[in-house]
Amino acid sequence: MATLTTVGLIIDALLALGLMGLAWRVLANPDLFKAIVLFIAFGLVMALSWVRLEAPDIALAEAAIGAGLTGALLLGAFAKLRNAQTVAAVETSGTAHGTAHGIRSIALLIFILLLATGLGYVVWSLPAEDIGLSDAVAAHLDTSGVSNPVTAVLLNFRGYDTLLEMMVLLLALLGVWSLGDTAVHRESAPDPVLDTLSRTLTPLLILVAAYLLWAGAHAPGGAFQAGAVLAAAGVLLLLTGWRLPAALAAQPLRLVLVAGPAIFLALAVVTLLMEGRLLQFPPAWAGRLILVIETAATISIGVTLVALFRGAPPADEDRQ
Amino acid sequence: MNAAFFYAIAGVVLFSLGLHALIMHRHLLRKILALNVMGSGVFLMLAALAKRTGTTIPDPVPHAMVITGIVVAVAATALALVLMLRLSAATGHAVLPDEEHE
Repeated sequence: MATLTTVGLIIDALLALGLMGLAWRVLANPDLFKAIVLFIAFGLVMALSWVRLEAPDIALAEAAIGAGLTGALLLGAFAKLRNAQTVAAVETSGTAHGTAHGIRSIALLIFILLLATGLGYVVWSLPAEDIGLSDAVAAHLDTSGVSNPVTAVLLNFRGYDTLLEMMVLLLALLGVWSLGDTAVHRESAPDPVLDTLSRTLTPLLILVAAYLLWAGAHAPGGAFQAGAVLAAAGVLLLLTGWRLPAALAAQPLRLVLVAGPAIFLALAVVTLLMEGRLLQFPPAWAGRLILVIETAATISIGVTLVALFRGAPPADEDRQ
Repeated sequence: MNAAFFYAIAGVVLFSLGLHALIMHRHLLRKILALNVMGSGVFLMLAALAKRTGTTIPDPVPHAMVITGIVVAVAATALALVLMLRLSAATGHAVLPDEEHE
């Protein structure tokens, strides 16, 4: 047991050091493309760290969203930037080097060091044990309708946060759509490897998403992880040149996008009228209500994330 | 002291590295990367401190907060990237002007 603890400590130390080293390389690498690829690696090491911190729910979300989708978004934006400009202009790091900035950068460095020392001291001086809210969650888990405490917090105890989060996603998409089309259209025949891979992976990803959604009630998983996996399938399809059929692009797409937040909001109003409190589910119904919300949320989150990756609203593409 | 504090301290370092890069770099894509690293630092600290329950089961509330945070971060990143591309389309570059040289 003692050797196992030592090995665990060494792994923890290596992961923590690896995170700091990778973050340094991400931020200091003169090559922007390498910096983005390193950021994806950084996200994967983060996912490993979540597992070590006994947070498998976050590990799933980080691997799918933090590393996968953010990486795809960054690489997509980098490619569009490179298409629009010369490589030299993209690569300009714009670091404020040089003597003119000497005093300012030293002042900044001192400020950051003081901030880091202060924050580090505060973290270090926290009590080694703090029960937090886990007792409160454990006490009410029976009435939440699910047995995974993280899902219970997300969809029941703090359902309000999750409702607002769905709205944030929708708002971000509205923002992206209202900014118009930034895509440099470059339609090319998909690579045969990518084509075959996506044919095999897409059904598998849909299956994994459905499993994560269902498992979220009692094991790590849930609407966000499932939605992110669904989005990964969508991004793969977009990369192979697949486009949403025009018949589905206008009303049906928008309906799917708002279905999650709308059902969530409708249930919030119903529970407000029936139970007297926003999103207070009656214990007998909580499990089923959470499953309904999560199913709608999974589909809406998945489609919203794909739409965020696509950038332009589909209606605009028709006009071009 | 336990291993969770390693991660909490690593979170502080990530946040500080990110903040430094956010202020120093003038390229907007680098600023967006720096913001994401800062966010990861905050998440890491939250989840590391959630492990101090004294039992084998960590506090689920910070975990839920971090999952919410990750989704909000990717939404904000997507919006920031589109804003950057619009700026680049309008001005020809995605680098903020250097005040002292103009």
